[in-house]
Formats: sequence, C-alpha cells, structure tokens
Amino acid sequence: MAMGPQRTPDTGQQGPGDDPLPEQMEDLPGPVLYYNELVLDHFTRPRNVGELPPAETDGFGVVGDPTCGDQLKLWISVRGGRIARIRFKSFGCPGAIATSSMLTELAQGRSLDEARRITDDDVIEALGGIPERKRHCSLLGVRGLHAALSDWEARRASEGTRTDR
Amino acid sequence: MIYLDHNATTPLDPRVLEAMLPYLREAWGNPSSPYRFGQQARAAVERARSRVAECLGCRADEVLFTGSGTEADNLALRGVLRARRARGRHVVTSAIEHPAVLRTCAALEADGCRIDYVPVGRDGVVDLATVEGMLGPDTVLLSVMHANNETGVLQPITELAALARSRGVLLHVDAVQTAGKLPGRLADLGADLVSLSAHKLHGPKGVGALYVRKGTPLDPLITGGEHERGLRAGTENVAGIVGLAEALALACAAAESEAIRQAELRDRLERDLLAAIPGARVNGAAAPRVPNTTNLAFPGVDGESVVVALDLRGICCSTGSACSTGDPEPSHVLLAMGLDPRDAQSSVRLSLGRETRDEDIATVLHALVEVVGQLRAVSSL
Ligand SMILES: Cc1ncc(COP(=O)(O)O)c(C=O)c1O
Repeated sequence: MAMGPQRTPDTGQQGPGDDPLPEQMEDLPGPVLYYNELVLDHFTRPRNVGELPPAETDGFGVVGDPTCGDQLKLWISVRGGRIARIRFKSFGCPGAIATSSMLTELAQGRSLDEARRITDDDVIEALGGIPERKRHCSLLGVRGLHAALSDWEARRASEGTRTDR
Repeated sequence: MIYLDHNATTPLDPRVLEAMLPYLREAWGNPSSPYRFGQQARAAVERARSRVAECLGCRADEVLFTGSGTEADNLALRGVLRARRARGRHVVTSAIEHPAVLRTCAALEADGCRIDYVPVGRDGVVDLATVEGMLGPDTVLLSVMHANNETGVLQPITELAALARSRGVLLHVDAVQTAGKLPGRLADLGADLVSLSAHKLHGPKGVGALYVRKGTPLDPLITGGEHERGLRAGTENVAGIVGLAEALALACAAAESEAIRQAELRDRLERDLLAAIPGARVNGAAAPRVPNTTNLAFPGVDGESVVVALDLRGICCSTGSACSTGDPEPSHVLLAMGLDPRDAQSSVRLSLGRETRDEDIATVLHALVEVVGQLRAVSSL
C-alpha cells in the first residue's frame, strides 16, 4: 500500500497554510476510493481506445449487462498467431477504464495462448494495485479479451482452415 | 480548488470558529458542574439553544442537541417508536430518504416494526394520496425529508403535516439539507420532529439538533446523566453546540439573499450545460428544489468517472450522497424516480454554497464539457 511521504520528526506546529494532505493518498479503508497515479494516468490517457473497422477485425467481444452496469467492447486483429492490434471502448468507472487500458497493453503483441493466460491479477499488478472494491472491474477486461479470442476461434472454425493469419 | 459538494459538507465559517474557540480554550468547564466556572459552559449551551430556537421558530425547550444529523434521525425514529410501542409499530417513510433514515427503518423492521416506503414520481416528489392510503390505525410515525440530498427536490411537508395531524400520526422531517438554506422557520412546517446538522451549514462536524414539538412522546436512545432533559445523555459538546447556533444564525440571516444568488448560479449552470452537452438532463428539474443543488445525467459516461476527472482538475463534486461513493449500485434515489440504471449511473451532483462565485460556474461548465466529451470518446455506449 502506498504510504504518504515520511514526516520528519515533529518540527513544531503546522500553520494554517500548510497542506495537510499527504502527496500520495492511501487506499484508505471505508467507502471512498482513491486511485494511484498510474491508474489515473490510464484513466485520463487510456491506451488503445477506439474501434477496429470490420475488415480488420478478427475477433470482437462485448461484455457487461446490456441494460445496466459497466460495459466493455474489445476488438482484436490477429497476424501470425499473435494479437497485432487491439482496441477497446468502455462505459464504466475509472477502474474499469484504466484496467481495460492496461489489459490492452499487456495483450498487444502476445500469442493467442499467452493472451488467454492474462489474469485480472496480472492487470492489477501492472497498475500497481487498485482499490479493493474495484477489483471486479479488472475482470471485465479479461472477460472481454476472452470473448474476442473465442470470437476469433469461432470465425476461424466457420471459415474452415484458412491459414494465412 | 472549486468546491461544489456542499450537500456533503461545508467549510467552517471563520466567524463560527471564533465563536467556538473560547469554549475550547478558556471556558472548558463541565456544564453540569455546580461552580461558576461550569455555569459559564452551561450558559453557553443554553444561549445556543435559545438562538437555535429563535431560528427555528420554536421554544428553547423544544431543541435537543445531538452528535450528528444521523443521530437526530435515529433519535426521532427509534425514540418515538419506543415511546409509542403500546399504540402501534407502523412507520411510513419515503423511498428516497437518506441512509440515516432508511437504514434505521430497516433496523426497526428487523425489530418487528412494519415499514411502508412511499414511492416518488419521476419528478422525485412523494405522492400525497399514496401516503394517505398507507396510514393506518397502528401508524405512529411518518418520516419524510424536507429536501433530498441528491437531487435537492423539496417534499410537500406542509401538506404532509396537515395529513399526519388529521390522522393522529406524528411527523418527522429530516431537514438536514434545508436548514439555513431556505428563508422561513422550520418549526412553521408543522412537523413534530425536525432534524438538522451543523456541518451542512458552515458549522462544525459531529453536532446536530432535533426539534421536538412540546408534548411529543420520545424515549432516549443514549441513557446516562440528565443531559438534554434525560433524552440524550452525555456531557455536552459545548464548543460544537455554540458553533451550531452561530452557524445557523448566520445561515438564516443570509438565507434569503443566498437562496436567490445560488439559484441564479445553479440555473445558469444547468442552462449552459444542457445547451453544451447533447443528451444531458437535469434529474428532478420538474419539481421545486432547494436552490443550491443540481443533479445531472450525462448519458454514455459513468458518474464516478466524471467525479474523478473533475477532481483531477481541482473541482469537487459527487455522484450522490457521500455515504454511497464507491458503491457499485446506482443511486436508490434516482432509481426510485424511475431513471433507467444506466442513466442513474451516469449522474453527478453539484451542490453550490456561500463561497461559490460567478467565475466558478464558468470554470465548471468548461471543465464538464471537456470531461464528458473525453469520456464519451472512450464510451462503448
Ligand atoms: C438528508 C440528510 N440526512 C442526514 C444526514 C446525516 O447528517 P450527519 O452527517 O450530521 O450525520 C445527511 C448528510 O449526509 C443528509 O444529507
């Protein structure tokens, strides 16, 4: 858990102008959530956002309830058995957006087997942790990727044995 | 920082702090002590009680000090039900109450009380006829909030008071979100019990008050000494009580002009946001509202994402009540109003206050337009 900056031994009173907040917020217990800098970076500048055009899409996944809660759409293109391009769009909280963004970074360039083995814990670890109550968000990305990979397999099966990809 | 979350809490007014300091520094005696040093503290508590009574339009002995608005709500509900146990165990409340009332009702239900929850219409207002139909011979208490903390929608308290009185039912009103915000005196609403909280009106945290109309049956929840006429034991939070009285007096003195000023800023913000953000909607716009509150849905983006993105730009607002932040469930208030779950999830509350300035509104408008645009570019909806 990230701790606030070390305080030097009591140097006397804190004046009213001093900032009483630690530079880095802890993930404090209780109802309120604080995200770390890396999570906030992926939230404000998500990587691989967008869609792939149909012609370039080899697998597509959409996860989340159709009427409520978070939703994720994920597109992949596959070249030589690897994820060549990956794009996502997400309706959800900062945790959902940041974990989806990090997932795409982890999956990009991976073989399909490797991509399948990415877990929510891998995503969370790569982000340096997320608030406990947001752990379920990271599952959305992993499930979205699995849905896209399954879609790719289904498409390949229906196309017969095209081996050019 | 631009702070637009005054329904969560407010900054302590420096004049309130000044009024409190003597009771933290010099006059720290126990109000129950027999010597003159203790009497100083006692006098401060009773002076505060009179000032609060004056603002509320009631007698001093109708004001009880509590440890919070939540405690005032608990005392009203549990205290009346205990005192009236022989008469009945049925409570009618609304579906949009603050958790301080809703969870207390759930606890009472577990203890064998019967609770009915009045629904609200799309406008966020309880329907009088439905309330009337729910009141029965064993109904002892009706509890409806004055203004909702998430939407600011005002409830028809005067009408509910007349209805309750005609049926011999006591009325409790959680006025935590209206005390000091609206002109007029809260005791004039006609309720038997009214809760308020100091930190929502530029007073200190951890102190509230319950107005109890003379003759209202009430049992204590906290027993011990004879403090607060035996209805709330515990050595008084003297500085906090003095702070509550000072804050309430200041808020009431400014209520009329502030209500006009904040409503003007709020209405302008809403108008400009609706014009600038396609699909944006104001939740509860059709009903009368407390002047400082707006609750907006930005379809396609998640409310918490908006709150965090605004926080990164130095603007504080919320997705609803502070207590439910981080809760994956959308607001029970917005769902009760019939919003679909995704629109409820896409809603944000901005609540203005005394230190909100004209230029803050322009800054917030600009930031919200940008943030919603950026999040919509990421959105899968
Ligand atoms: C309507 C309403 N009732 C009760 C409370 C609780 O007040 P306090 O924070 O003093 O316990 C709040 C504040 O969150 C509120 O908005």
